[in-house]
Amino acid sequence: MGLRRFIAVRVLTTIPILFGVSVFTFAMVHLTPGDPIDQLVALNPQISAAEEAAIRARYGLDGPVWQQYFTWITNVLQGDFGTVINVDQPVGPYIMDRLPQTIALGLFGWVIALLIAIPTGIYAAVNKDTLGDDLSRVFALSGISLPNFWLGLMLILVFALWLDLWPVLAPNKPLFSPAMLKYLVLPGVTIGTASSATLMRVMRSSMAEEMNKEYVTAARAKGLPERTVVLKHVLRNSLISVTTIAAFLTASIFAGAVVVESVFAWPGLGRAFVKAISGREVDLIMAITLFTGVTIILANLLADIVYALLDPRIRYD
Amino acid sequence: MSTERGRIRITGFDADRVESREPLSDWTEERDTETESRWERAWGEFRDNRSAMLGLYIVALMGILAVFARPVTIAGVTVQPFSLAPYDPSAILYVQGLDVSAYEAPSLAHPFGTDGSARDVFSRVLYGGRFSLSIGFIVVSITAAIGLVYGAIAGYYGGRIDEVMMRLLDLIFAFPGLLLALIIVAVLGKGYWELVLAFTVFGWAGYARLIRGEILKVKENEYVMAAKALGARDRRVIFRHVVPNAIAPLVVQASLSIGTVVIGVAALGFLGLGLPPGSAEWGTMLDATRETIVQGPGGTIPWWVTVFPGGAIFLFVMSMNLIGDGINDALNAQEGTDVATGGEV
Repeated sequence: MGLRRFIAVRVLTTIPILFGVSVFTFAMVHLTPGDPIDQLVALNPQISAAEEAAIRARYGLDGPVWQQYFTWITNVLQGDFGTVINVDQPVGPYIMDRLPQTIALGLFGWVIALLIAIPTGIYAAVNKDTLGDDLSRVFALSGISLPNFWLGLMLILVFALWLDLWPVLAPNKPLFSPAMLKYLVLPGVTIGTASSATLMRVMRSSMAEEMNKEYVTAARAKGLPERTVVLKHVLRNSLISVTTIAAFLTASIFAGAVVVESVFAWPGLGRAFVKAISGREVDLIMAITLFTGVTIILANLLADIVYALLDPRIRYD
Repeated sequence: MSTERGRIRITGFDADRVESREPLSDWTEERDTETESRWERAWGEFRDNRSAMLGLYIVALMGILAVFARPVTIAGVTVQPFSLAPYDPSAILYVQGLDVSAYEAPSLAHPFGTDGSARDVFSRVLYGGRFSLSIGFIVVSITAAIGLVYGAIAGYYGGRIDEVMMRLLDLIFAFPGLLLALIIVAVLGKGYWELVLAFTVFGWAGYARLIRGEILKVKENEYVMAAKALGARDRRVIFRHVVPNAIAPLVVQASLSIGTVVIGVAALGFLGLGLPPGSAEWGTMLDATRETIVQGPGGTIPWWVTVFPGGAIFLFVMSMNLIGDGINDALNAQEGTDVATGGEV
């Protein structure tokens, strides 16, 4: 199978998965006993059966489940995600207002993770079984074991309260201004730490594996300085393995955003999701869940394609 | 020199000379018949691993402290009468007539200080281990068991069954676990068993995928074919011959996942979606500090209400990960596959 065909097949097989993701999202919220109308009736016993039926019909909750799914997915495909009842705003614009905030935070977290993980990973692989390698192992283990909400609170405690270097809460300024960059640092570090720990271990093991290959010996034998061997030959090949976990890390950054945005009161999608859960905003919960699922599926697709482009040795099957 | 054994003639081997062994070797005739199972050998390896043993001691200590923090009563009978925690973890101390105010700094009477409702943080941290530890172990046992059965069936039968079962897993993997847990809590409401369920309903997917991969490798072995040829039923072949040989990575994964579950439970508690407010659960305790972290009484920062509960989570998860790494090294399960490490939520 050629590269082009591989990509085409991979894209086509994504379509049924996306359909599955939408069914899954809908089922998660709807296959439970009781719906919002049941709660409404329980709270207001004076509502008659006829009124209840009328309310159900109004919200499209009177048909069988598959019909409700069909109504929902038709609306979603036309860009209508329902309303956020609490603020009486359509879900679409509500999400679009908050999405850039989450993307900015996620990208910043990614950058921090890469900045920490790649140099330390290289260092640990080159100086295998030395003190530096052991220290990097301790760092990785702590990074994975730190609850991100606690790390966030501790960073606030140390940098914002004791050292007074940062204001705790970001002011309500436009996102893309230089002044806002400073407020991204603490949440960005919080969100990037766990990912950087995972990434560093992957980086180290793939570097160490590449270092044992024969082309490295060949490069050394022809008299290249060690620096060139490591940074030009080995690094390139081991970076390929980073793309394989990129999609996984995107998912973990997404999950991290839910918690970290709540710690720093960052006005993004994650915080909106927590609010939606507490306020039982069904439309908003479904929209954000669907959005997350689709994003992760597409991230996986992208990672597979990038991997195929980067590594010509891969067999497409 | 040659020896006659059965019908096979062995040449070039002098059986008599074998008796005279190296004098320094600790071989004895008795040891020759000793056998060591894989698990015994792994335990021996594990015991020599200092960091893993440190983790084990810390987890055991935290478990003991949690059990003995307050008396345990089951159906009116006191099973465990000891009380290590100096105060009732949910008691508001000034209401009890004690001279204690909110946000008292750590002192001899209150080693971890008091929180915003004048409750003893030390007692609460000790007691809080009960929630996190028990949920962690319960969730991991149930999810590992479900994942084992699911993955074993998919991997063993293969074909169309496998295809359908794996597509379902793909769907679960399209969502971060924490997000799914949050939705389940939104549907079910708060509470202890609701939390257990929130992490169980989809938590088995990782184990299922892992065990399926192992089963695919193991089922190619001749002894599996031999068992089938002897007329063993599928169920017997799977659980008697295939699963025991594929289970090592599952054990590693399970030990590393306890940390992930504990962090997840604490994260829900922190978001105010775990146990009812005021519960002495580590994450829920941090939630209460979030609003007051900025301004304490008299301009002081009540750092102790944040540092100690979170530190307890960190210490436990770190120790669990040390144990998991130790088990991984001991079982030498890392044959090419990277096992995900606990902590990611």
